[in-house]
Amino acid sequence: MSLLDNVWVVLAVKLGLAVVILFALALVVMFAELKVSAHMQHRIGPYFAGGRWGWAQVFAEALKFLQKEDLIPRDADAPVFRLAPMVSLLGTFAVIVIIPLSPVLVAGDLDVGIFYALAAGSVSTIALLMAGWSSGNKYSLIGGLRAGAQLIAYELPLVLAVVGVVIQAGTMSMVGITEAQAQPLFHIGSVGISLPYALQGQIIGFVIFMIAALAELVRIPFDMPIAESELVMGYLTEYSGIRFTMFLLGEYAGMLAMSAIASVLFLGGYHFWGLNADWFGPFVLIGKSLILVFVMIWFRWTWPRLREDQLQSLAWRWLVPLALANIAVTATLKVVL
Amino acid sequence: MAEYFQDYITVAVFAGFGALLVAAAVGVGWLLRPSRPSAAKATAYECGIDPVGGGWSQTHIRYYIFALLFLIFDVEAAFIFPWAVRLEQLGLFALVEMVIFIVILLAGLVYAIRKGVLKWES
Repeated sequence: MSLLDNVWVVLAVKLGLAVVILFALALVVMFAELKVSAHMQHRIGPYFAGGRWGWAQVFAEALKFLQKEDLIPRDADAPVFRLAPMVSLLGTFAVIVIIPLSPVLVAGDLDVGIFYALAAGSVSTIALLMAGWSSGNKYSLIGGLRAGAQLIAYELPLVLAVVGVVIQAGTMSMVGITEAQAQPLFHIGSVGISLPYALQGQIIGFVIFMIAALAELVRIPFDMPIAESELVMGYLTEYSGIRFTMFLLGEYAGMLAMSAIASVLFLGGYHFWGLNADWFGPFVLIGKSLILVFVMIWFRWTWPRLREDQLQSLAWRWLVPLALANIAVTATLKVVL
Repeated sequence: MAEYFQDYITVAVFAGFGALLVAAAVGVGWLLRPSRPSAAKATAYECGIDPVGGGWSQTHIRYYIFALLFLIFDVEAAFIFPWAVRLEQLGLFALVEMVIFIVILLAGLVYAIRKGVLKWES
């Protein structure tokens, strides 16, 4: 009996790997946000810390935040105030369980995979409401309410956009969905050609999913809950030091998790034409995810912030009916063909 | 037995780690950070002036409407996934059933929009 037969050892290894990969990538994304933003505005961005390119900037900031005083306002509901960042990160870590880096490198390939991910991801709504309500601050309260309304409104397009993929794949398991996209769709000569779902008619679903994901992550152009020109920092106004950092980390880890899910559902996951998924799978999936993360950062410097009612209008008038139409068309084609 | 619960355990361990991480980070911070509480630091932030009234106030009824609208569709989302997985085996009958279901729900959404719940200008 080898060591890898023990359930707990395997679980510990998986947790260790997932945490190391997630943190390494989250630091990369944080740094990319600083640098990409800077270059899009014709600035240099961080250049001092660590020497070349200012690569140590994110480490310096983490250390700085660790040394900041942990302030809890007198009017705050202290237990809830302390719990909110925990709930926020708890949701993110629960989601990464199902992301498959390769056919075997997956913490838990649940049968209800994507459905579970959407359910676990929506826990962050509660975290933001907790943060907004417990701060005992008017800006936080308004920000928290906006966040709650926004997150539940965009939860629907997000969920409904996924249904099209589930119909095509006939399974909710993330590995199953990835493998379904690797099946040859047609043959040229004797070479089978496979296409990711984004190119198999789910392009509308992909666009809806990415828009809704941006709103779920409260990123520009959907950052009304933390709009700095109106609400200081929204539900994060009263947070300082390490707790604030944890929310920030949750945002970047969330960007990665959402991008990875979108890559698996619509872009073929760990498969790429001509590359062996067992060996190159992790690099392919991470590459696809980082491209989507770059697009998210790019959007930030492209569009102005929407107004609160425009945001709700976009979700209810356009995205939800469009996602439902997408389901109807996909289902009809699946049954007829 | 352990195999049956393995997925649940995996999920619980990963989720628990998220909460633990915050606790650990706050603990490490406690070793490094100063603590000099004062009355001024503990007041709610309102751009520098003393806060006016309490932090918890009456809120806008419109947010409540969105929660109701959400309920209409969230139940549907839970129903639609098992249907989507088994659609190929169920065939035409299930397709027609779900289209009827979706149309009924869409009627609810159209009603809400016609009632003007998405209009914020008076």
